[in-house]
Amino acid sequence: MQQGEVRLATDGGRAMSPTVPVDSPFAVQEMTVSYGEKPVVFNVDFTAPPESMVAIVGPNGAGKSSLLKAALGIVPSISGRVTVFGEPLATARRRIAYVPQRASVDWDFPTRVIDVVLMGMYRELGLLKLVRRPHRERAMACLARVGMADFADRQIGQLSGGQQQRVFLARALAQGADLYLLDEPFAGVDAATEKAIIDVLKSLKAERKTVIAVHHDLATVADYFDHLLLINVRKIADGPVATTFTAQNLQATYGGRLATAHIDQLQLASG
Amino acid sequence: MDGFLQLDLPPILIGTLAAIACALPGNFLVLRRQALIGDAISHVVLPGIVVAFLVTGVVATWPMMLGAAGAAVVAVVLIEAVRRLGRIEPGAAMGVVFTAMFAAGVLVLEQSDTSSVHIDVEHALYGNLESLIWLSGEGWGSLLDPAALADLPPELPRMAAVAALIALLTALFWRPLKLSTFDEGFAATLGMPVRAISFGLVVTAAVAAVAAFDAVGSIIVIAMFICPPAAARLMTNRLERQVAWSVAFATLSAVLGYVLAGWGPLWLGGENAVSAAGMIATVSGAILGLACLAGPHRSRVGAVREG
Repeated sequence: MQQGEVRLATDGGRAMSPTVPVDSPFAVQEMTVSYGEKPVVFNVDFTAPPESMVAIVGPNGAGKSSLLKAALGIVPSISGRVTVFGEPLATARRRIAYVPQRASVDWDFPTRVIDVVLMGMYRELGLLKLVRRPHRERAMACLARVGMADFADRQIGQLSGGQQQRVFLARALAQGADLYLLDEPFAGVDAATEKAIIDVLKSLKAERKTVIAVHHDLATVADYFDHLLLINVRKIADGPVATTFTAQNLQATYGGRLATAHIDQLQLASG
Repeated sequence: MDGFLQLDLPPILIGTLAAIACALPGNFLVLRRQALIGDAISHVVLPGIVVAFLVTGVVATWPMMLGAAGAAVVAVVLIEAVRRLGRIEPGAAMGVVFTAMFAAGVLVLEQSDTSSVHIDVEHALYGNLESLIWLSGEGWGSLLDPAALADLPPELPRMAAVAALIALLTALFWRPLKLSTFDEGFAATLGMPVRAISFGLVVTAAVAAVAAFDAVGSIIVIAMFICPPAAARLMTNRLERQVAWSVAFATLSAVLGYVLAGWGPLWLGGENAVSAAGMIATVSGAILGLACLAGPHRSRVGAVREG
């Protein structure tokens, strides 16, 4: 498998599918997701380069979260193939860490911060293996990395939104993965949390991990990320931020919803 | 003391086991905002019993329990189907399914030739706890006498087996239950079969409900799915302790409710006992009320969710 490419099996008598680079940490092909009659994601192909930091950007309702959830099997997809480090999703799960949207869970749930981080180890703990000191120490180290070590014994409902987001990131770190998928990690967090999270994400990249995040703040795209996927139900464009984050592509993605004055303020690539 | 063993110990034990069997899955149902499922199951038991009678032609425990369990499973499947296909919240899906099935039960009952059979509404509601007596329990020595033990009301070993099974399942599947209740999406990314867990939980609740329904009536079932877990949530901020509290509250409700039903009216100068099942449910409600007023962790419950 060193040729750099893997050819996937034919699908239902159709023509040979497009090839996927075997070294890509995350690739989706022909992904379509629908909750009703209208698809929210339509025929999206995307291949993330290794060790990249990818922003998935698009307007509200553009299917950014749905693309991520369908790729992870959280919501069903109508069509689409997912390849993670050259493997199908089912055998690659141990290499994936996931941070859901903070608002997707009930923070009144009776559990402590440290217990949430330990949930990131449930795969290795299985049904009955006891949580021992090394597990707890690893969980504490993950909490320290996001600046939340002092909150380990707090009930999660007593945290601010930014602190909750950091706990979710600590849980993903505890998964010890190679690919990190985050759904709106900066939504509704304070400036200190945003700084803490981006520092962790950049350190992950330095450790040669791949980070893919649904992102909504155009002002920080160029600072935080090096690769970009622009979608609005369909894929509009993808590629390095340096060449893809252009006024033309943003207009195509957002249509009339993005004022030209706003675009002028962004650090855009020329083109 | 002989009277206690013969008349009081079996109903107290059966009531306690039924309460615990319902309270254990009730913890997860309450946290998933699916507590109404207990109510739903106790309604759909009716068509199950009617159909079981029509098929077998006899009024006997096992066919009725099988019919009730079958109806509960059908209801659970329908609720999940309506919820997933209709994309509506679980409460609405349950409301649609259990009223429809209850109505179907009444319809079948009226349209078929079952008028000669006495399917007693009061019995269905309040069960028959006081009648579960152990005549061979003539002294503490009877507890070691196989012949006397064989004469125990069959509801006791049956309820004990169901309660033990549910406790075992809860312990074995603790992590998947906890994680999929808190964060189903994340659980799915770990490869946990979240739909199977959700379905298994509701089926377990149905087994508890049907077993308890036969022994103690549906009023305890409905109360025990909700009151002890909800009161326990107000006592602690940790799921492990919440479940322990719920078992304690379920036990307290059953014992105190039975004692108050049997002797409470006498203490108040009355002459007759009241329904034990009704009093057990009342006590569990009173415990919930006290927990709401004085529980140490009641502050955030009911608070508006962020986001």
